[in-house]
Amino acid sequence: MTYNMEKIKHMAQIEKPASVSDKEKNLVIHIKDVRKSFGDNHVLNGFNLKLHEGENLVVMGKSGSGKSVMIKCLVGLMQPDSGYIEVMGQEVNTLDQGQLDALRADIGFLFQGSALYDSMTVRENLEFPMRRHKEKLGNVSDTRPLVLEALENVGLAHTMDLMPAELSGGMKRRVALARTLILKPKVILYDEPTSGLDPITAKEIIELMRSIQRKYNTSSLIITHDVDCARVISERMILLVDGINYAEGTFAQLSASTDPKVEAFFKK
Amino acid sequence: MATLQETVNSRANTVLKGVKNFVIETGELSHFAGRFFKEALKPPFEFKELLRQCYHMGNRSLVLVGVTGFIIGLVLTLQSRPTLIEFGAVSWMPNMVGISIVREIGPVITALICAGRIASGIGAELGSMRVTEQIDAMEVSGTNPFKYLVVTRILATTLMLPLLVIFGDVIALYGSALVENLKGDVSFQLYFNTVFDALGFGDLVPASIKSFFFGFVIGLVGCYKGYYSKKGTAGVGVAANTAVVTASLLLFVVDFIAVFVSDIFYDL
Repeated sequence: MTYNMEKIKHMAQIEKPASVSDKEKNLVIHIKDVRKSFGDNHVLNGFNLKLHEGENLVVMGKSGSGKSVMIKCLVGLMQPDSGYIEVMGQEVNTLDQGQLDALRADIGFLFQGSALYDSMTVRENLEFPMRRHKEKLGNVSDTRPLVLEALENVGLAHTMDLMPAELSGGMKRRVALARTLILKPKVILYDEPTSGLDPITAKEIIELMRSIQRKYNTSSLIITHDVDCARVISERMILLVDGINYAEGTFAQLSASTDPKVEAFFKK
Repeated sequence: MATLQETVNSRANTVLKGVKNFVIETGELSHFAGRFFKEALKPPFEFKELLRQCYHMGNRSLVLVGVTGFIIGLVLTLQSRPTLIEFGAVSWMPNMVGISIVREIGPVITALICAGRIASGIGAELGSMRVTEQIDAMEVSGTNPFKYLVVTRILATTLMLPLLVIFGDVIALYGSALVENLKGDVSFQLYFNTVFDALGFGDLVPASIKSFFFGFVIGLVGCYKGYYSKKGTAGVGVAANTAVVTASLLLFVVDFIAVFVSDIFYDL
């Protein structure tokens, strides 16, 4: 597969926002030339990404473009075929299991389908990540206040003893968000946070993501194909096309682009 | 219309593909078993989850095993009675039923029931967790999902099956004693005294040992099929179904090996 590399370089240069500089902000995530294939299906073909401290970065791409694969490579759920992935100064692929688990305590991951544990109550769902990271929370014996705080953040303190099956789709997503917050992560990865939700609930989730980002000053990497979500939450965007970052810039810059592949994302 | 040679080639390819898949599956299952032993011996140990699984698999199978055992005992006695009466050997009924239930029918029937109930349950549960990314969520939260989900379930089935077999055997013998009491005017005490006189060390020990292996096979196959479930929700059904079929077939293989080995010791 061949790419118009000149065009890509050109777009990257003109569309890099002036407000973000590597010197100004610390790098939280650095992905360099990552490649991943499944048989003959080349999903990532040299993908690059930099996420800075406190930044909200949106990666947009069509379904099956490799967004979820990229985010899973970030937390070590998948191994890239080649390339370099660094999260908070640590190269993910070189870490042993213990180091990877310690790193994961600083990363919140909101899964596409919420991924709440069916057999556990909401409270047990939130307590689960604390089992292996008690020292990070000061070895607290009573976890109830922490669970309550996380649930209050998402407005669902009253659901503590309910089972996931008793919650609506939006509530499940909010509980999943509370679960990602329980360990006070420095960076949160959102995999399609609004997929499968009605527009009103999706808007609530987006607002919640913004308020959490403001409250905890977390860095966020948001994988989505929801333009409304991207418009509201992104400070910077990357368009993932054919396994590479095809275009990069702010929402305003990209939505004004005349490139047909970029335009296709923003057409109503 | 296909020629004879084409038909033969096609059939040969199908057979070869089947053999290849069988070899691959056997290798993967062996690797899975190896990983179980490695993880089972390594701390931290998930005692709470192990106890929960033991309760879940043991206690909740009691009724099914009990009812089946009772009916087996009844039917075996009712069907054997006329023949034994004909040969004037009805007094041998407790010996015959006792030995056949304790040595073979009890363990195999209980294991097959558990393969249907437990292996399919594990396959469906883990398959569903895989499809809905709950296993990934567990891994991201720093908990080893293999240890938490697989090791605990295999240990639980391995520990619980011998107990269920003993329970099933006792109920089956009660069923048999009931028939003898009603039809042959044999007291329960006399019946059980005769059974225990007939049973020896060589009947109880091989049956108990093979029950552990039956439990191990049921847990191993159920977990393997569920843990590596693919192809979305359809894969969950496939995992549950193939778990029962594979576990049932393997139970007979293990039973044959157990009988073969115990026969060698008998000959010595």
